[in-house]
Amino acid sequence: MTDLHTHADEIHEQFADQLDVTVEAVEERLDTLVNEYQVPISEARRSVTNSYLDEAGLDREDIGGGGGNETVQAADVDAPEEWVDMTAKVVELWEPRSDAVAQVGLLGDETGTIKFTKWSKSDLPELAEGATYHLRNIVTDEYQGRFSVKLNRTTVIEETDEEIEVGDDALEVEGALVDIQSGSGLIKRCPEEDCTRVLQNGRCSEHGEVEGEFDLRIKGVLDDGEEVTEVIFDQEATEDLTGITLEEAKDMAMDALDTSVVVEEMQGTIMGRYYRVQGPTFGRYLLADEVETLTDAVDPEATLIKARSI
Amino acid sequence: MAATPTREVARRVFAGEFNDATYTFKESDDDRAPVYVLLPTGQRANRVFVVGTLTETEDVGEDSEYWQGRIVDPNGDTYFAYAGQYQPDAASMLRELEPPAYVSIVGKPRTYETDDGDVNVSIRPESITPVDETTRNRWVVETAERTLERVEGYQEADPTQDDYATDEYVQMAHDEYEPAIENYRRLVVEALESFEEETAEPEA
Repeated sequence: MTDLHTHADEIHEQFADQLDVTVEAVEERLDTLVNEYQVPISEARRSVTNSYLDEAGLDREDIGGGGGNETVQAADVDAPEEWVDMTAKVVELWEPRSDAVAQVGLLGDETGTIKFTKWSKSDLPELAEGATYHLRNIVTDEYQGRFSVKLNRTTVIEETDEEIEVGDDALEVEGALVDIQSGSGLIKRCPEEDCTRVLQNGRCSEHGEVEGEFDLRIKGVLDDGEEVTEVIFDQEATEDLTGITLEEAKDMAMDALDTSVVVEEMQGTIMGRYYRVQGPTFGRYLLADEVETLTDAVDPEATLIKARSI
Repeated sequence: MAATPTREVARRVFAGEFNDATYTFKESDDDRAPVYVLLPTGQRANRVFVVGTLTETEDVGEDSEYWQGRIVDPNGDTYFAYAGQYQPDAASMLRELEPPAYVSIVGKPRTYETDDGDVNVSIRPESITPVDETTRNRWVVETAERTLERVEGYQEADPTQDDYATDEYVQMAHDEYEPAIENYRRLVVEALESFEEETAEPEA
């Protein structure tokens, strides 16, 4: 395979001065790992490189380039199971949900943020929120289209003084509002501390029957004819978008003895209109920070010229 | 691929093309698999977004209410929308709206065969909302752009050429319709030219 040969060539080049090995020998070792033991090429390359390092009595740093790992930025990660290096700031630490996880949170660099997980069994030093680290030998992962990185036993963590300005991975989307999903309008949330779950028929899935607190929200779908984006508008964004305040919504519901009048009223004012929405993404949702109604006239000239020319 | 079912994009298509989209198909044998109409420009559509002028509404139901709406696009071509008891919000909109009015409609394409064997294409609305003229104008330009992209896509993948890019839906459109693709480019030009006429009119 030519692919293996390229990798072998690169590894050989790194050791040409120190060791008397041939490209063929390197390729054979890679071949055994990849084709016989079904090891991913990135891992095979690590393994082979490391064994030559041992033979030559060298450290990884001595050969430069981190021994074959690509140095990536948060926004570059677009495939699972790749061994990479990264320099990033710990933007947030979350509470691990399982004992198997030592630390979990968000890493950030200029290009945006990415989730990281550090396993308990990997026995790695603690990462501090706000600190920046060189992380070598981390592995990318994917779950439902979202990428993350995992720190493992072989990961090298080095704190650095480098200042990183974490870029926001805010998304800007334009499109027509083509749907308002259930759970929109005047809703009730669980009042328990740290629980903001939306009540279904007065019940919280965690705390049972509770006296809910009113809130406004819209879960909508923006569609530009090519892509759909699910957007959540919080109370403030919903008030801006619809011109209906929480107090007014409560009055409307009180008069009608029904909360669903609120979302019906909202539908009439926002469905089928064009918006530009900007904000961070959370799971499959875009959280609307800034909302603009697109009312400016659009210029048909460019499209017309093109349509006439083809 | 993500396991969660993804929502279908609402296609932008002028009435002249939409009404030609008489061929329907499913992507799987599953009873609940979505039904697509095949646009003659070589794209599948399971949902459309239309903004046009509602010119006429009529209850055409026999036993129960069944509302028909005629929505006209800038080319003067007409979409037909039908809403009955299973689309209560859309039906009450058609009952209450006073034509003429600009409306936006999100809905599913449906086909039915008439007694004399013709296939008619209509919209089963999920929502109908009155909108203003700027929304309608934005839709016209957007629909022109999307249609033009499809026309270009068709031209690149047109299997009658010696050298063409393969595209499943263009191939399907060729097999089912052998479309005169030029007609759909013309729809784009005429729709956009309607703006020039509007602005060319002397101010009252």
